[in-house]
Amino acid sequence: MSDTLSVAWALAWIRGAQAVLAENRETLNDLDRAIGDGDHGENMDRGMKAVVGKLADGAEDVQGVLKVVASTLMSVVGGAAGPLYGTAFLRAAKATEGDVDADGAVAIVAGALEGIVARGKATTGEKTMVDSWSPALDAAKAVAESGGTAAEAFRAAAEAASKGSDDTIPLRASKGRASYLGERSMGHRDPGSLSTTLILKAAADAAEAA
Amino acid sequence: MSVALVIVSHSAQLADGVVELAAQMARNVELRAAGGTDDGRIGTSFDKVNDAVTELRAAGHDVAILTDLGSATMTVESVLDFLDEEELEHVKFSDGPLVEGAVAAAVTAQVGGDLDAVVAAGRARELFG
Repeated sequence: MSDTLSVAWALAWIRGAQAVLAENRETLNDLDRAIGDGDHGENMDRGMKAVVGKLADGAEDVQGVLKVVASTLMSVVGGAAGPLYGTAFLRAAKATEGDVDADGAVAIVAGALEGIVARGKATTGEKTMVDSWSPALDAAKAVAESGGTAAEAFRAAAEAASKGSDDTIPLRASKGRASYLGERSMGHRDPGSLSTTLILKAAADAAEAA
Repeated sequence: MSVALVIVSHSAQLADGVVELAAQMARNVELRAAGGTDDGRIGTSFDKVNDAVTELRAAGHDVAILTDLGSATMTVESVLDFLDEEELEHVKFSDGPLVEGAVAAAVTAQVGGDLDAVVAAGRARELFG
């Protein structure tokens, strides 16, 4: 395992994310059907397949990979996840230079969260993907501050995102179309918090294999 | 400089319908529908919105953009993020109810209102007391 993560890691991350989002396509659709329009799995699957196609010839550096993810998701996804993840990866790309160490991992997660908050105007506790990205950032920061590696930072981020996703289940949605359901949105996991968890897990898996 | 409208909806049919309705009272206003995804599904398309804005700007129009739901608004805001500050003086989002807002905005453009007046009309606040 290398201490810094290169473009090979970024490509492995995104390919891994595509595979796991494809596997979870129906799960994400079902979650979205409960409190939304039922297409989150389909949209993420379509978007990530297009991303992997665009990355078939590789990329120059980590930033280049993240930029391709951003522009492709923005164009292809169609649902709310397009502009949200598109802006997330765009800000993550802007926060990245060269290979990624633990601080770089924090910068990627911080950039993504900042982009999602800027675009979706949500805060924690509103039953959105912010409820996974926000604890993920705190966890990654704690690892970097205690001298951990980038891989450890992404693993901690993924675990915190997963916990954050579990914590969305009892929440009442107050952003997006799920908010129209009021109390009936309670008892369901937010689908964006699960796709976030899967994406961060893929980053950690690829980092541990790098 | 005349003001043109881009109507962004998750549904191509809804966007076309709003354009049809708004055109009735605004025969000389350029109205563009940007509805549905690139492959004809329910959703919104960054490229459809961006292309409509680019074409209308190239034709010399100021552009007001109206949307149906929150994720359409996020798509529009993503498009606006890629414009420079000077362009943002000429391309604005009008955050109102789509049908009433589009009619009010189109009529305001028809009678020669500038971009700020059209955007304000599109918000249609007065319709809600």
